[in-house]
Amino acid sequence: MVDSTVVLAGQTLAYTFYTSVIMLLMLWFGIKVTSKGKSTKVKPSVFYAFVIFLTVLGVSLHIVTLNTIPWTKLDVNMKNIVPDRTFEITVENHEFKLPSKTLRMEVGEIVMFSVESKDLTYGFGLFRKDNTMVMQMQVVPGHRNDIIWRFEKPGVYTIRSTEYSGPKGINMIVKDAVEVVEKI
Amino acid sequence: MSFIQTLISGEQKLFKSDSLTQMQKITLRFVVMGLVYYGFVVIEGMIMRIYQVQVIAAIGADQYFAILTAHPLVGIFGSTYLIVFGAFLFLVPFLMKKPIWSIKLANWTFLLIAIGTFTFWAAGFISHYAPLYTLYWPLPADFTQFSAIGGAVFITGIALVMVGAVFFVINIFKTIMYTPEGWDKQPAGKLLKSALGIDGFTNMFAKKEKKHLVSLPVAAIARGTVDVALNAAIILFTGVLILVYMVAEIFGHSLEKTAVDALLYKNWFWWGLDLIADGLVLVFVAGTWYLLATLITGKKLFMQNIARAALLVELIVSWTVWSHHLLADQSQPVFLKIVSGELVTAFELITQGLAFFIVLVTLWSARPLKMTPPLKFLLGGLLGFALAVPAGIMQADMGLNRVLHNTQWIIGPHVHVAILIGLTMTLYSAIYFLFPILTNGAKLYSNKLTNFHFWTHLIGGIGMGAFMGMAGLKGMLRRTIYFDGEYSLYMILAAICGALLLIAFLAFFYNIVMSVGLKGVLGIFTGAKVKNKDLVPAAVTE
Repeated sequence: MVDSTVVLAGQTLAYTFYTSVIMLLMLWFGIKVTSKGKSTKVKPSVFYAFVIFLTVLGVSLHIVTLNTIPWTKLDVNMKNIVPDRTFEITVENHEFKLPSKTLRMEVGEIVMFSVESKDLTYGFGLFRKDNTMVMQMQVVPGHRNDIIWRFEKPGVYTIRSTEYSGPKGINMIVKDAVEVVEKI
Repeated sequence: MSFIQTLISGEQKLFKSDSLTQMQKITLRFVVMGLVYYGFVVIEGMIMRIYQVQVIAAIGADQYFAILTAHPLVGIFGSTYLIVFGAFLFLVPFLMKKPIWSIKLANWTFLLIAIGTFTFWAAGFISHYAPLYTLYWPLPADFTQFSAIGGAVFITGIALVMVGAVFFVINIFKTIMYTPEGWDKQPAGKLLKSALGIDGFTNMFAKKEKKHLVSLPVAAIARGTVDVALNAAIILFTGVLILVYMVAEIFGHSLEKTAVDALLYKNWFWWGLDLIADGLVLVFVAGTWYLLATLITGKKLFMQNIARAALLVELIVSWTVWSHHLLADQSQPVFLKIVSGELVTAFELITQGLAFFIVLVTLWSARPLKMTPPLKFLLGGLLGFALAVPAGIMQADMGLNRVLHNTQWIIGPHVHVAILIGLTMTLYSAIYFLFPILTNGAKLYSNKLTNFHFWTHLIGGIGMGAFMGMAGLKGMLRRTIYFDGEYSLYMILAAICGALLLIAFLAFFYNIVMSVGLKGVLGIFTGAKVKNKDLVPAAVTE
């Protein structure tokens, strides 16, 4: 089951590997470029190959994530998906107004969180008990802010505003507001 | 020489401010003021680092967010704009071997940016006006949280900076195009075409290649300056809009905030704002790398025609990537998210990547080089962008952005590493290179301090970015306060690295002051004895 923990673990591995390589490369270059020795000529073909490599890398990142991160396809095709359950949430005066004290859903259901701001730009994010993020979106006033999600395992999540809305916004936290239970 | 003598008169009394030309003095004023504002930013940054470890009771949340609002703006406008504009107002005439178009306008640029920065910083400090640099509508006009008067002064300060930026734009393009007194008529239109890259583009289809009339670094400066102009227009327009709401509020009329569409506003504002981060910074940095690489090696730039063309691509790309800041906005059209937010943004990996490659190959061609301060800091600058650009490409992905947006990942490994390591180390490289030229041969006080500055800055900057990034991957947001020590370990480590950055800056500042002496620093701000447009004293050029 791929969730944000798995995705971010993959990113951490990939980026850590890359940064280690590039730092070692620059260290090596710094030593070699100042050491005695004749410089070898770099052919333009090497340069063009590097540009092609960067192009492939830049595009393939998005192709890989589209096919491996489950919520990306949900996001792109949102207009064609009918959710199993929708939660209408309002935000006003730095406060989330939920349709019920706890938003309950089952594992595997496609749910929509439809959040409307009555005044400022806010954020809507779900967080685990250990503060790691499940997902988030911006909540812009005067526009629809819908996100559809499928929870793959049970859990209890906290809602928190993920966008700055002035100093009053720091307390926009609703603890344990979302509960995902096993399919009955 | 004793310590006191050196402190007062500089290293070996080599720096004589009386010998400086008007242009040298103006350039040095830009740089010194830019460094003073950099000091502001580092201290503010350190306060925030401590605050993230342990909330400081004496600083309320409103004051904290006022610091958070001023911090990037002082860094970009007060520090980077001043240093970069000062250097380019000197370098464009220097590289084109002609006098600057207007010294008076250069002075106005300096004054407006320096005063404007102080104005918005002070307004934020006193009134706690804190809508952050993003100014998401209608937050800047939310008078239940912010004072309208404080906000009006703040926005006026920003507007002053933008007017200074417009003056810089005019001065750069006029200097490229104008005919100095006593010269043969210069082909203004052709010079402009060459600077903007239009002739380079037509060369691709022409049977006979036309010669470039301006050098590659001047072309880079001109193209980055286009983004400075567009950015100033957007920020000025937005500033006037916000001011209208503030003035109305001050006079007792509350204007309807829904008259401005929040999403449309967010699009245009990010379009303009991104012309800095993904536009002029990248173009200016690439141009500066190319210039430094050729000056350090004395060799021609590897693949220079491609480099020139890439700068034009970079400029055009910078106009079309803003949507990567709106990947978490569900009402933003998916088409814009994919094309502008993901695919066009990926071009930055290519343009910055090839600039990186070109500079390394150019340096390689001149092996063995001496590890001078300019070379050392240039390599640091290259490393900074090599780390930060891929981090940015990752977050400009719809899937990853869902769990990265507004976290410490964005502001750590991407923004701070790009600015502190990529941009700032490139600027330090240029400063170390230009130091003897701008001071008529003054000597650095201590090479050991320069080395110390390099390593503490490099380790501090990368370390801080890395620990912020680790916290971000664990869900830590970038624009809030954590009261229960949720991310203490990461924040303590980031604060230690932040302290290294502060120590690095103090070492650098001390080294520079000891090199030119206090008398020399003050002398920079007095009028020049020789009132002509010479860049360096005639005796030096002869």
